[in-house]
Amino acid sequence: MDAESNIPGFLGVVWRFGATVGSAMPPPAIEFRDVTFRRPGRSPVLDRFSLAVESGEVLALVGRSGAGKTTILKLVNRLLTPDSGAVLVEGRDTREWEPIRLRRRVGYVLQDVGLFPHMTIGGNVAVVPRLEAWTAERTAARVGELLDLVGLPAAQFAERWPDELSGGQRQRVGVARALAVDPPVLLMDEPFGALDPLTRAELHAEFRRIQERLRKSVIIVSHDMGEAFALADRVGVVESGQLAACDRPVAIAGSDDPRVRRLLDAMPAMPRASAHRALVEP
Amino acid sequence: MTNLIAYWVSHRGELTALLGQHLLLVVVATVVAAAIGVPLGVFAARRPRLAAPLMATASVVQTVPSLAMFGFLLPVPLIGGVGARAALVVLILYGVLPIVRTTIAGLRGIDPAIREAGVAMGMTPRELLRQVELPLALPSIVAGVRVAAVVGVGSATIAAAIGAGGLGEYIYRGLSMVDTTVILAGAVPAAALALAVDGLLLLLERQLSARRRTRSHRAVLGAAAALAAVVLLSSGAAARRAHGAIVVGSKNFTEQIVLGEILAQVIERDTGLPVDRRLNLGGTIICDRALITGDIDVYVEYTGTALTAVFHQPVRSDSSAVFESVRTLYARTGRTLLPPLGFNNTFAILVRGVDARARRMKTIDDVVDDTPNLRAGFGYEFVERPDGYPGLAKTYGLRFPAPPRVMDLTLSYRALASGQVDLIAGDATAGLIKGLDLFQLEDNRHYFPPYDAAAVARAETLLRYPGVRTALERLSGKISADAMRAMNYAADAEHRDVRAIARAFVDGL
Repeated sequence: MDAESNIPGFLGVVWRFGATVGSAMPPPAIEFRDVTFRRPGRSPVLDRFSLAVESGEVLALVGRSGAGKTTILKLVNRLLTPDSGAVLVEGRDTREWEPIRLRRRVGYVLQDVGLFPHMTIGGNVAVVPRLEAWTAERTAARVGELLDLVGLPAAQFAERWPDELSGGQRQRVGVARALAVDPPVLLMDEPFGALDPLTRAELHAEFRRIQERLRKSVIIVSHDMGEAFALADRVGVVESGQLAACDRPVAIAGSDDPRVRRLLDAMPAMPRASAHRALVEP
Repeated sequence: MTNLIAYWVSHRGELTALLGQHLLLVVVATVVAAAIGVPLGVFAARRPRLAAPLMATASVVQTVPSLAMFGFLLPVPLIGGVGARAALVVLILYGVLPIVRTTIAGLRGIDPAIREAGVAMGMTPRELLRQVELPLALPSIVAGVRVAAVVGVGSATIAAAIGAGGLGEYIYRGLSMVDTTVILAGAVPAAALALAVDGLLLLLERQLSARRRTRSHRAVLGAAAALAAVVLLSSGAAARRAHGAIVVGSKNFTEQIVLGEILAQVIERDTGLPVDRRLNLGGTIICDRALITGDIDVYVEYTGTALTAVFHQPVRSDSSAVFESVRTLYARTGRTLLPPLGFNNTFAILVRGVDARARRMKTIDDVVDDTPNLRAGFGYEFVERPDGYPGLAKTYGLRFPAPPRVMDLTLSYRALASGQVDLIAGDATAGLIKGLDLFQLEDNRHYFPPYDAAAVARAETLLRYPGVRTALERLSGKISADAMRAMNYAADAEHRDVRAIARAFVDGL
């Protein structure tokens, strides 16, 4: 059944109106409207949480461990659904999306990469194209293109196995895999968390370069304010299930909000973030 | 060793056929067990609440001895009966458990992050299972298949009990014939087959998990288990006796157990000596060996069996001549044959009572013309021994349409009653003849030699305890064929306690 026809009454009319006539402002790529999510018997992970990510924007969510950052990502690709409120992807409630379709339009880079150990690097990148029943030639071409994009030449890496790669190389494969069918939305959960500072800086630069070309709508989750400043157009601070602040890096850096300041003060060296910027911006 | 090779060479056609049957049984059973076990394991892995009762059921099935399982299945339509089909059902039942277990273990062992990656990439549950979960669980699943196949090679030897063929036929035949060479002729290839099957599947497992380094010692374990089973089977008599007691043995069928119990009770009553019962010891070979080694002191043997199977003498039909020569042969080897108990447990050619009445059959000659329409089923012993099937067929000119089914003696009565076969060779004193309405055809050409039952004891024991001899001699001529059949019937059909049956008899002496 078409998901559209499930939308009842007034909401449905508004939705169809928007879809057929179009509007001057395209809907945000991702929108959280008063989302509450709780694990049974615990205080809410998210409490009336609202957020919008514009199309082509990189938003970094920063907060301490357990602040609910990963939950936010899982609500976007419907690994979880909200208890109240709504999560909209491309203007459409995730509960109305067919979950499989939704997930194939949302690339997901996991915290611990989660490469399939029984598949080669090429095989890992080809997973979603194969699920989408692409032809072998198209898939192969796409795999080559993506591996080149993330700096792992296909000729050299496609036939190798995940356990033969370094952590940084695996992380690059994770990004290539998430981008395989060119999803408009990309979710990244601590993608560079477990890497040494040098590799990390390298991948940050790599990410900026790729984003420059692809213009995805991205949510990056991090516990490192420096990383957020280096990568994001806007930085959101998540605290006790709510968005404490959400603004451009410059504004966040100058914030007086104690919840923001605590995270800023935990940063080892503010200038490093600027250094990254200088490094990656032409 | 040279005997063994000579036996293989002289039986090479049969050996190849049995090996082929054995392999086919195991392969088909393992493939079907995997086809059932893997989906069941997948199902159970996703529903933890179902997994526990499922595993418990499978474990219980696994603990049922295979011969008992064959017995349960005999009367079941479609899957039961005798032959390869019923054997397959049993082997499949045994094979499913290890496969279910390793499938569950393999699926549960998958890193949750990897599963989550699959879901997040938009895999449907089916795609996740086929592309991620099953490939990752495959080495574990193949390990289960390997266990199932190796267990199958072992269990398939027991399938010979219901005429499914396979290498077990040699083992059973050898046990019945008191011939180690014949036992080894089946046991050695069976063990080799277990090793080969295990090795091949191990190779497959390694190939499949080429990316992951898994190593296992199950090849060695499987071979050790197969060998241990053979050793256990052939050394069933080696259990040590209680200190200072008289040990009474018996073979592994009802009449022998009843007789063993009677001997034990008479000795206990008349001498006051403690008696250790080692009943149900397997075939003639085991009792004979146990008597020689002193693991038992006395058991009941049949003169014809002793003459041919123990002493490898030609068949004779004069019962007192047979008794005398057997007594002499025993005496030479330090054993004493006591006077006959009074009944002759010769072979009985049996048909269903209904058929006998309908076609007015009384003697074996009466069925000769009918044999092209009859299916015969015989025990291992009967097929192989010189006074068994070959001579019978020659004497009476029997021509069956198909070679006789070879099956366990006790099961053959039920196979006859339920119409699986039409003619069997049973024991003349079998209680089931009465219980299942079977009819004994008269041996009008006096083909079968005498099988007079008599206790045989270690001479040493009788010298040390003269009272035991006196007690045993009290039984001389006291057990008629009718009395024996009645006691067998009470045990087999009425399921009365063997001790009580023996007690009633001994009290009436």
